[in-house]
Amino acid sequence: MREERAPETYSISLSVASGFEFVELAETVTATLARLTGFDEETAMWISMAVREAVINAIKHGNKEDRQKRVEIQYAFNHDGLSICVRDQGSGFDLSQVPNPLDPENLLKPTGRGIFYMKAFMDEVDIWSSPGGGTTVRLRKRIRPRSP
Amino acid sequence: MIRIEHRTLGDVHILDIEGRITIGEGTLHFREAVHRVIQQGGRNVLLNLAGVTHMDSSGIGELVSAYTAVGNRGGRLKLLHVPPRVREVLTITKLATVFEAFDDEAAAVESFR
Ligand SMILES: Nc1ncnc2c1ncn2[C@@H]1O[C@H](COP(=O)(O)OP(=O)(O)O)[C@@H](O)[C@H]1O
Ligand SMILES: [Mg+2]
Repeated sequence: MREERAPETYSISLSVASGFEFVELAETVTATLARLTGFDEETAMWISMAVREAVINAIKHGNKEDRQKRVEIQYAFNHDGLSICVRDQGSGFDLSQVPNPLDPENLLKPTGRGIFYMKAFMDEVDIWSSPGGGTTVRLRKRIRPRSP
Repeated sequence: MIRIEHRTLGDVHILDIEGRITIGEGTLHFREAVHRVIQQGGRNVLLNLAGVTHMDSSGIGELVSAYTAVGNRGGRLKLLHVPPRVREVLTITKLATVFEAFDDEAAAVESFR
């Protein structure tokens, strides 16, 4: 007989000043929580790399390294998977204006692959950004990807 | 953490790279190492990535910049022992076909002849 229970969801949050020295902390916490969620070592590594990209963007493009501004990282995980929200206090941006790094004219550009990188390794990446309202990036990874 | 060692085989400059090519220390040291080779007149550059454990979007960017910098001076930059994780990021960013890559050092060195 199987016990049917509502899956418990755990929430953890982290708030750091806008300094690159905290990127590693975010990476470590993410990898630990990804393993706790049930992801294998390799997947946990890719998730933590994706979160790093979001945190770096929040510090660099969002908060522009203003140490008075904070980056909030919220984790929620249950037996289905892990969801991470990275929020900054910057002035936002227009996602539709971000060039596609796979376009032939962008292929050899030194930057512009961060959001693409997140999307490649996560199941879902949602970005909410409003002028003056900061940016929130939500990254999600399911334990078992939904079949296509 | 990144560690880079420079050796030469004839006129081929090999950089043995270990650790992380990620924003900050990783990309900085990588860039310096490549520019040192260029300044020494190196034109045939082979990056041995066997020990590379992580590469983020800035690391990819740095690899592309190195490729362009060497190319702009009439040289060539190639890759050796690309580990699966690096191969993965190169593939998704459509750069796998831009870089010439080898699994055999002697063959890689010979390819510059
Ligand atoms: N949190 C953010 N706040 C403001 N702008 C952002 C943010 N994240 C991304 N951007 C914008 O989107 C662009 C693309 O980001 P990304 O794909 O990570 O590449 P890169 O960081 O290398 O420029 C950035 O150059 C920036 O203009
Ligand atoms: Mg970025």
